[in-house]
Amino acid sequence: MAENGVITTDDDVDSSRRKFLTTATVATGAVGAAFALVPFVASWKPSERARALGAPTELDLTKLAPGQMATIVWRKQQIYVVKRTPEMLESLQGHDAELKDPNSESSEQPEYAKNAVRAARPDVLVLVGICTHLGCLPKQRFQPNQAELGPNWPGGFFCPCHGSRFDLAGRVFEGSPASENLRIPPYNINGELLTVGVDPETGAA
Amino acid sequence: MANPSTSSAVPAKGLKAWLYDRLPIASFMESQLYGYYAPKNFNFWYYFGVLSLVALVVQLFTGIFLTMFYKVGEETAFDSVEFIMREVEYGWLIRYLHSTGASFFFIVVYLHMFRALLYGSYKKPRELLWLFGMAVYLALMAEAFMGYVLPWGNMSFWGAQVIVNLFSTIPVIGPGLVEWIRGDYGIADATLNRFFSLHVVAIPLALLLLVVLHLVALRHKGSNNPDGIEIKEKLGPNGKPLDGIPFHPYYTVKDLVGVGVFFILMAIVVFFVPTLGGLFLEAPNFEPANPLSTPEHIAPVWYFTPYYAILRAVPDQQLGALLMFLSVALWIFLPWLDRSPVRSMRYRGWMSRTALTVFVISFIALGYLGLLPAEGIYVLFARIFTILYFAYFILMPFYTKIEQTKPLPERLTYHAHA
Repeated sequence: MAENGVITTDDDVDSSRRKFLTTATVATGAVGAAFALVPFVASWKPSERARALGAPTELDLTKLAPGQMATIVWRKQQIYVVKRTPEMLESLQGHDAELKDPNSESSEQPEYAKNAVRAARPDVLVLVGICTHLGCLPKQRFQPNQAELGPNWPGGFFCPCHGSRFDLAGRVFEGSPASENLRIPPYNINGELLTVGVDPETGAA
Repeated sequence: MANPSTSSAVPAKGLKAWLYDRLPIASFMESQLYGYYAPKNFNFWYYFGVLSLVALVVQLFTGIFLTMFYKVGEETAFDSVEFIMREVEYGWLIRYLHSTGASFFFIVVYLHMFRALLYGSYKKPRELLWLFGMAVYLALMAEAFMGYVLPWGNMSFWGAQVIVNLFSTIPVIGPGLVEWIRGDYGIADATLNRFFSLHVVAIPLALLLLVVLHLVALRHKGSNNPDGIEIKEKLGPNGKPLDGIPFHPYYTVKDLVGVGVFFILMAIVVFFVPTLGGLFLEAPNFEPANPLSTPEHIAPVWYFTPYYAILRAVPDQQLGALLMFLSVALWIFLPWLDRSPVRSMRYRGWMSRTALTVFVISFIALGYLGLLPAEGIYVLFARIFTILYFAYFILMPFYTKIEQTKPLPERLTYHAHA
């Protein structure tokens, strides 16, 4: 560079100092830019309003006849509530070998629903009605022995999208694309009042 | 580089001279149009690059007009699309041009990609050109997916549900990531709004930038050709390739014919079969989104079905999603998987030819199976074709290396018209 008669040669430049300063400036700028991204990334999280609308939902269980299912909505998710008959509860036995996760070890449910019937109260089944595969709505197929659902169908749920099959405790059968049992939301039963979205005793989920 | 306007003895006058003095128009035209020599043996397959560009312009233009009438929001989106279809003057035409344009965009892009496989266009020194092309393809997939959500029909909703839930299969961060993408506990207004922003602003900008990079990389190394040999190695006395002809007017005029045919075919679909029997627009999408009712059979639009079939062919959820992502990602590695000493299929052996044939059949078969329900024999077929699909990529380093190739010609094989 030659300007105003002043000639700067490479000899005058402390290149290691220049390199250090350049690197330090770029690094500092990069850290700043990364932090500046935080608000933009965070803006995608559920808003205050969405979170407020995710409050617990209630259902009066006396309105459900045995063997009947009701669908309620909690946090935009369909919640299936089934009043299971003794026959339905009996249908849960004897096919453990055909299930991917018979004891719900790798599935999502509250502690009080991690048992043989996947419920706090055996006759009341509460499930998130979203297929654990890719989120479709599994359909009711409560009648046992439906040929198209395989031999010895005990009754349960069938997802029309990709063919996942679940029993009457929401446990997934082998041969389904879904790997986990249907999820169970936190819920509390007080007398005959079901509240989805809160755990018993502890309060809000 | 020679610059006709500034090197001419008599200085040009008027507006043109004023403009050319201030913008590098002359040098651009010299380096990219009159002075850019393209191989003279381009065939049918070389229409699809320019047609992809035309499709992009059609989508941008029609999209701008649709944005003037569309109202984003879960309460308004579906109705505003119906408003466009029924009450906006020629709204139906603009919308069908956009929806048909999306499918035609993918048709020409897939044929363009096939051309690259056929003539080894991705091979050295055009790897980066291929990577930019793949980036365009991925951006296009995101653009098309989000665009399909905007009408907020029932297939929009459930398609979004299924695709967004794919991310929940990622270990540990999956469920949180899905909630972050949706901005709610389910697919909701927040999701629709952000998809609109991405579809209309962010991805089109990214697409344009990537297309420019793709073209700059193309022009920097020059086009490949059906013989797969470098025309720059045989230069004539004027320093231009002996086997090249100026891009303009020769190829610009030729391409115009292709563009005309493209628009005729598109018009046939737009005016006579705009939904193409559910292939371009699916029937459940003419009902409003309903979170309480899954359509009987969820299938994406045809251009995603090959990958969707792979997803459903696998009986394990995580592995299925992984294989699906992999089936898209494998394309990226083609320049390094292909060890053949020659580029073009014309000079390759029977193994490469068989592999490409089987791959094309598998891709089309998977595309067809992805439209059908995942039941019985279809699942078995999907599994077979999934294996064949992956075999094309995974075995490529071996069959391209061991096969006997034919000797390359000195010059392009080209027969001039009488």
